[in-house]
Amino acid sequence: MTVVARFEVGYTQYLDSQGNALRPLPDFARDPRALVPDYRAMVFMRAIDAKAIALQRTGRLGTYASSLGKEAIDAGCGAVLEKDDVLLPSYRESGILFLRGVSPHRILLYWGGDERGNVFPESPRDFPFCVPIATQLPHAVGVAYAMKLRRERRAALALLGDGATSKGDFYEALNAAGVWRLPLVALVVNNQYAISMPRARQSAARTLAQKAIAAGIACEQLDGNDLIAVRDGVGRALARARAGEGPTLLEALTYRLSDHTTADDASRYRSAEELAEAWKHEPIGRLRAWLAARAVWSKEDEMALARECAERAEAAVRAYLETPPPEPEQMFRHLYARLPAALAWQRAVACAMPSETKPHAEPQPG
Amino acid sequence: MPNLNLVEAVNRALARAMEDDPRVVVLGEDVGVNGGVFRATAGLLQRFGPERVVDTPLAEALIAGMAIGMAAEGLRPVAEIQFAGFAYATLDQILNHGGRLRHRTQGRLSCPMVMRMPCGAGIRAPEHHSESPEAMFAHVPGIRVVYPSSPARAYGLLLAAIADPDPVVFLEPARLYRLYREEVADDGEPLALDRAFVLREGHDLTFVSWGAMVHETLAAADALATEGVEAEVIDAATLKPLDADTIVASVSKTGRCVVVCEAPRACSLASEVAAIVAERALLSLLAPVERVTGWDTVTPMARLESCFMPDVPRILAAARRALQYH
Repeated sequence: MTVVARFEVGYTQYLDSQGNALRPLPDFARDPRALVPDYRAMVFMRAIDAKAIALQRTGRLGTYASSLGKEAIDAGCGAVLEKDDVLLPSYRESGILFLRGVSPHRILLYWGGDERGNVFPESPRDFPFCVPIATQLPHAVGVAYAMKLRRERRAALALLGDGATSKGDFYEALNAAGVWRLPLVALVVNNQYAISMPRARQSAARTLAQKAIAAGIACEQLDGNDLIAVRDGVGRALARARAGEGPTLLEALTYRLSDHTTADDASRYRSAEELAEAWKHEPIGRLRAWLAARAVWSKEDEMALARECAERAEAAVRAYLETPPPEPEQMFRHLYARLPAALAWQRAVACAMPSETKPHAEPQPG
Repeated sequence: MPNLNLVEAVNRALARAMEDDPRVVVLGEDVGVNGGVFRATAGLLQRFGPERVVDTPLAEALIAGMAIGMAAEGLRPVAEIQFAGFAYATLDQILNHGGRLRHRTQGRLSCPMVMRMPCGAGIRAPEHHSESPEAMFAHVPGIRVVYPSSPARAYGLLLAAIADPDPVVFLEPARLYRLYREEVADDGEPLALDRAFVLREGHDLTFVSWGAMVHETLAAADALATEGVEAEVIDAATLKPLDADTIVASVSKTGRCVVVCEAPRACSLASEVAAIVAERALLSLLAPVERVTGWDTVTPMARLESCFMPDVPRILAAARRALQYH
């Protein structure tokens, strides 16, 4: 037998779990003060995440998918995305959206069951949350194709979970992105679980990053709990994409410290010991330790930030709770650019009567 | 005025749209170098180049999803699915995203895409190549479903579909692709996307049909005319949203309604037409609404397809039941 091809999968990590630098840091991290905004964003993400869970537990929010543990991924992506890039999130990327300028109360609106939560006036080209798994990857291919067709220096960044790498949409999209060398970065947030299914039973592949190899595109594993590694890896991949050097699949290794959603109970399928071990590697403490060791972050800074985050989260909650529910007419508005006549009578009926008093035989037009 | 068959009319409409609007791109399996397995995209690659006439990898969900992404990012994609039998893999994309994107972003993003595909039986094609999935698509909110029945209507409706700001599933009756020619003014004029076509006027009976079956229906109407029965023939053509007003007005006049389609019967568009007539024209009806449809069976392979598709005798039998009902 002759070997016709060999492949390697690289892994990037800069900070260990205690916040010690393992190797020379990339340029953007030479001045540790430059990472303080990322740290502040991560702390805010965790604050509003806790707030959202509290709202759900008290019946004021619907089922909510927590971001606990993936703050470095969201902050890292948010830091390196450019305004003209397009983000295609799954449903767990609230943190990136905050950094895209989206007001936090919109995220609460979304999980509170209000479509206005997908309106991102601050980031108008970004895609809304994507709940069906991996279906946003083909959209990212189309977005990236349009960018390339128009010779723009932009890129599409799509995020997905480890479970999503088992789906056909994922393979179809990577394959096509490779064929056309599209400006696309697909980032797998490998948080070790697809609801109850552990990573090891999701795929026999040694890494999820290597799934790019079959599609002929670049790949890399990142420590997803290390902000510097995420910023570095995603930043390099996006820069290559914008420069016309083709797509990349990134796998960011992290751990879902929360339940899958508030409707889930992870204790049914994973041990307290495993969870406790995962907490030792969580991203915020590690970055704080690194910043503190470089004397750019103090206990006083931390206390002030906690107060500030609590206030911002509280303001978001107020804005959410004060938003009146949409009118029934909203079901019809924006369904089509112009509502077809065939739907006009349905709108008239739906908007004229509260649903509980609607008669069985609805009035007909004409 | 050029004399075109249906597939040539589709080709002219695509070329016209690409000429008039640089945002229009054509994508699909074998649409470029090969010009499409039915030649619907023949010559487009040479005229508009490989960036706008895109041979895709063999992946239907990708094609539909990619078109959604392109549309949201400002292009006007026209995707080809090689046969309607392969379009089921696109349902997830069309249903969960294409039809919802405008609404779920409250108009922030939209999805002006067309997904065209040859549809229907009667061309002795292999298994999975003869399906009529119009009702599955017509059940999806937020999209349009269009199914022309002549070269001229295919031309005008396809131009309208490409210009429409929302997703359109465009079903092309493969049996009619080369069945006959007619004069088509290649004038870039779109037809209305929410209006049925009254192809024949009459006061005794209303036929409602769409796609290739329109031609068997017209033949049945001609046969009835020799017996002194004047049937009105409506080509529903735009199946979602359906032009119920034209159908109801006709049945209110004739009092009898026979719906003819090739798809299986249960939960078909024929059922929807019957329900609309029952809701809105019950007191005009002189006979129960008749549905002449494919059977609720798997679409058979070539040797039995003529037993599956409605034919003129079946349509006439239904018409006579309606005419003779007391």
